[in-house]
Amino acid sequence: MPTSASARKTARRGRPAPELIFGDLWAFDPAPETADPKLKPRYDLFIGGRFVAPAGGRYFDTINPANEQKLTEIALAGSVDVDAAYAAAQRAFTTTWGRMPGRERAKYLFRIARLLQDRAREFAVAETLDGGKPIKESRDFDVPMAAAHFFYHAGWADKLEYIAPGRGVAPLGVVGQVIPWNFPLLMLAWKIAPALALGNTVVLKPAETTSITCLKFAEILQDAGLPPGVVNFVTGAGEVGAAVMTHPTAAKVAFTGSTEVGKRILRSLAGTEKKLTLELGGKAANIVFDDAPLDQAVEGIVNGIFFNQGHVCCAGSRLLVHEPVAERVLAKLKNRLRVLRVGDPMDKNTDIGAINSKPQLDKIRSLVASGVKEGAEMYQPPCVLPSKGFYFRPTVFSGVSMSHRIAREEIFGPVLSILTFRTVDEAVEKANNTAYGLSAGVWTDKGSRILKLSTELKAGVVWANTYNKFDPASPFGGYKESGFGREGGRQGLLDYAKLV
Amino acid sequence: MPVKSPPPALRRLFDEVGTVDSVGVEERVAKYGTRSIKKAAKVWGLKTAVSMVDLTTLEGKDTPAKVASLCQKGVRPHDDDAIPPVAAVCVYPSMVRHARRALGSAAKVRIASVATAFPSGQAPLKTRLAEVRAAVADGADEIDMVINRGAFLAGEFGVVQDEISAVVEACGPLTLKVILEVSELETFDNIRAASFLAMRVIRPGDFIKTSTGKTSLNATLGNNQVMLEAIRDFYLDTGVAIAMKPAGGIRTAKQALQFLTAVKETLGDAWLNNTRYRFGASALLNDLVRQLAKEKSGAYQAPFYFSESAESY
Amino acid sequence: MTRLPITKTPKPYVGGAFIRSESGRTYSLPDAAGNFFANVPQCTRKDLRNAVEAAAKAGPGWAKRTAYNRGQILYRLGEMIEARRAELIDTLVRFGAGRGAAGREVDATTDRLVYYAGWADKYEQVLGNVNPVASPHFNFTVTEPMGVVGVIAPDAPALLGLVSLFAPVIVSGNTVVAVASERTPYPAILLGEMLATSDLPGGVVNVLTGFRKELVPTFATHTHLRAVSAAVDVADRKTLRLGGAESIKRVYFSAAATERDWFDERTQSVYAIRDFLEFKTIWHPIGA
Repeated sequence: MPTSASARKTARRGRPAPELIFGDLWAFDPAPETADPKLKPRYDLFIGGRFVAPAGGRYFDTINPANEQKLTEIALAGSVDVDAAYAAAQRAFTTTWGRMPGRERAKYLFRIARLLQDRAREFAVAETLDGGKPIKESRDFDVPMAAAHFFYHAGWADKLEYIAPGRGVAPLGVVGQVIPWNFPLLMLAWKIAPALALGNTVVLKPAETTSITCLKFAEILQDAGLPPGVVNFVTGAGEVGAAVMTHPTAAKVAFTGSTEVGKRILRSLAGTEKKLTLELGGKAANIVFDDAPLDQAVEGIVNGIFFNQGHVCCAGSRLLVHEPVAERVLAKLKNRLRVLRVGDPMDKNTDIGAINSKPQLDKIRSLVASGVKEGAEMYQPPCVLPSKGFYFRPTVFSGVSMSHRIAREEIFGPVLSILTFRTVDEAVEKANNTAYGLSAGVWTDKGSRILKLSTELKAGVVWANTYNKFDPASPFGGYKESGFGREGGRQGLLDYAKLV
Repeated sequence: MPVKSPPPALRRLFDEVGTVDSVGVEERVAKYGTRSIKKAAKVWGLKTAVSMVDLTTLEGKDTPAKVASLCQKGVRPHDDDAIPPVAAVCVYPSMVRHARRALGSAAKVRIASVATAFPSGQAPLKTRLAEVRAAVADGADEIDMVINRGAFLAGEFGVVQDEISAVVEACGPLTLKVILEVSELETFDNIRAASFLAMRVIRPGDFIKTSTGKTSLNATLGNNQVMLEAIRDFYLDTGVAIAMKPAGGIRTAKQALQFLTAVKETLGDAWLNNTRYRFGASALLNDLVRQLAKEKSGAYQAPFYFSESAESY
Repeated sequence: MTRLPITKTPKPYVGGAFIRSESGRTYSLPDAAGNFFANVPQCTRKDLRNAVEAAAKAGPGWAKRTAYNRGQILYRLGEMIEARRAELIDTLVRFGAGRGAAGREVDATTDRLVYYAGWADKYEQVLGNVNPVASPHFNFTVTEPMGVVGVIAPDAPALLGLVSLFAPVIVSGNTVVAVASERTPYPAILLGEMLATSDLPGGVVNVLTGFRKELVPTFATHTHLRAVSAAVDVADRKTLRLGGAESIKRVYFSAAATERDWFDERTQSVYAIRDFLEFKTIWHPIGA
């Protein structure tokens, strides 16, 4: 193979190793997105179809992580407000939504999808300002995918007899939902769309650092004429989330977030009969064999770990590379990293935006420091980071072993750990050697090997020769400590239904 | 001793140079389309693209007068002096001497000629080489040849490479561009493999080129990417820098900037010039010039303000 | 002089062998009339741990069997029970059932196995599917067994309850560690003998005897048990949920509220199989 290390050395004899120059010969000018996010100076709670001030009268600031400036202020809900939200949802379930024919519910969901598409750019800008993700991603992924979820589930609302062959299904009642800050609007769509399609009503709490698009979405619900109380939003931090999760009115609760909080929720619900869906953390293995299409694998690795700054529960944070191509993959990866653009999330050319919050940045820094301390070799491309705001360079660790913290703990940042393997069995063993089981990647040209690995990898989603792909029709969710229940597809719907 | 039959040639070559996943390539190049190139960066990109154009006319109805006019357009694409000349004009061998007459001997614009029984290559090797030598004799600076696709698809790689080598020899000091005719190779795997076959027998500074422009599918961001990646891998392995020319189908300035972005992000700054990258195109030049005029004046421009414009409505 | 019959020493079936408790403890089991029947092993958390090891060892091989083969083996277990129908009825009667009721329980047990045996090569076709994603990918969702599953049988019906809980679990390739009815463990001991002769590989179903209050906490906290299917009271439900939280265990409680419910055919369905499956979604690009 002309690409082997020895061939390279022969070719280089007496000459410096050829290198590529990724300089500033053609530097791109700033290309800021300028659409108006139409933010209000203050956002109240959304209960019973209206924006209402929190009973306690308290608000908290939400900032732009890209520059640490205040964007607006958000109501802090108390237990009285959570009670009010559940009361409104219960009322809506018994008086309107729970009794409405499926075809009518479907039309509301279709209408919501359309209204969200109408205001897609405005929502994308709001999402990026509030969360720090590149505008490119909120524009091309988060918002269109959120609309797609409503479209997909809308069509199910009047076809529910097909989701559980042999049985009928009925809604559960009021559903409590708590979502994370990494895909605020999209997670809202993942949670609300199937719940409503089944005829449930909802009390949802967005993450405290990313409440804006949720509350803007409430405007869409008003414009859509959704009956009051079908969807209610309460905002605040962990205590509000706990109140939503443990409320006696909730027939089911659904949570997406860390495994640690998921365990706490499980404990708090012990002794109740609430149904539960948990979508928790991950430490996915992305396995590259020597016969893989390497450039596409490298692209998949980059998508896998640097998409949304690595704030993705299914991020391919452990790269397992077949030894014969390990050196080559690392070299290709480094060249790819050198053309990633880190910086202002509102710039249309930014590939990696701002870390969502200071605490998250601190966590990433501390885990990266542990990687360096434990002896893994770190690579970060040279790039200038903005002086204000929370940023972190894309980071690759090579020479990582399974005992390193960076190979075991979920970092939730743009940090990749590279391990090597020699045989298929070793790859599978390393990939499965984790309490998590959300996702995995396999790259190889050999079809039978893909099918073997996709059977043996203990993960709810297996991406073969691709990575980080999502679709409303495709169920998503984990094995083991990555949670249970599925979101999306036919399987996801059943988690919001009871069999009758 | 029984002769051990070798493994199928294509598979063996794929194993050697690696394979390509087509969906993954399309995903990669879709990202070039989202790059937003504004202001000074846009002007630089447009001017650089102009300087990379191989301004092409390859029609049966070409006349010496048309070629002369093309040469003039190539030397001075617009009345704005800030706009550079194109890299080359690209014509059939019979038109080389007319181009030379129009451009003179010390021209800033080079003359490229499509020899080797372009576009099919379906002539005896002897004939094809004679055509190359004729174009050289008539004053061409560059030869654009086509590979033997039939031999490639049959796995007769020795034939493919020997023929390229023969053309290398026939064109002497001239720059050679090897047209793979990607539409007939069909798959990205084949395009990558053929790129390597060609690169191994041509010289530093010679080109690999996507297509003749005479079939249904020509340069795309996808096949451009596959070839850029082949060039990159070959360069990093051997130190030999091969140049690249997408041809056919690139009609707008916007497309050209996307192709250039691919170069910037795959091969880097050293390929952002016309010794390493060209566009084989005809209509493209006017759109580049038109967009440059728009950047300068701030007003959108009607096509009929530009010479040789095909659109006169 | 009448001949003194020899009695059988009750031994739980674990890892394909008939064991005593590692603790050496037993408890005295009277029959319905209050007469001494036998000493039954009082299995401990360590026995449970050993049984989990056995189940984990048997798991990969069992899951790799073809669905057709798993179906045949479940049917074979039905054959074994049918063949010893009279003995099982006598046993149930000895522990308090009317003869008619005992016959119905044994028959319902056999029928339940036959029902799930038939699902082995069909549930995937009902539960999995291809997903029409909006990108050039082939995307499909399949099911996989979870691994080692704990089963806590109801006190009554001792035989039907146990089989109703483990059959839908093992049909998909899970393996089971079960604890038998505390009040009436002996039918489960007999069932162990049928498991042993049914072609079911050793370790796929392991049945312990003992006290729930000693074993439930370990069922809850043993992290290698990926799921638990239990017919237990409110207090034990809470224990299982609390203990299971640490490893995000899937915990399912039987919906049967009364002894009668276990006979209802509506309690058997593909959804009982589904509860102990993971869904896996696989993506692959479509290209040339």
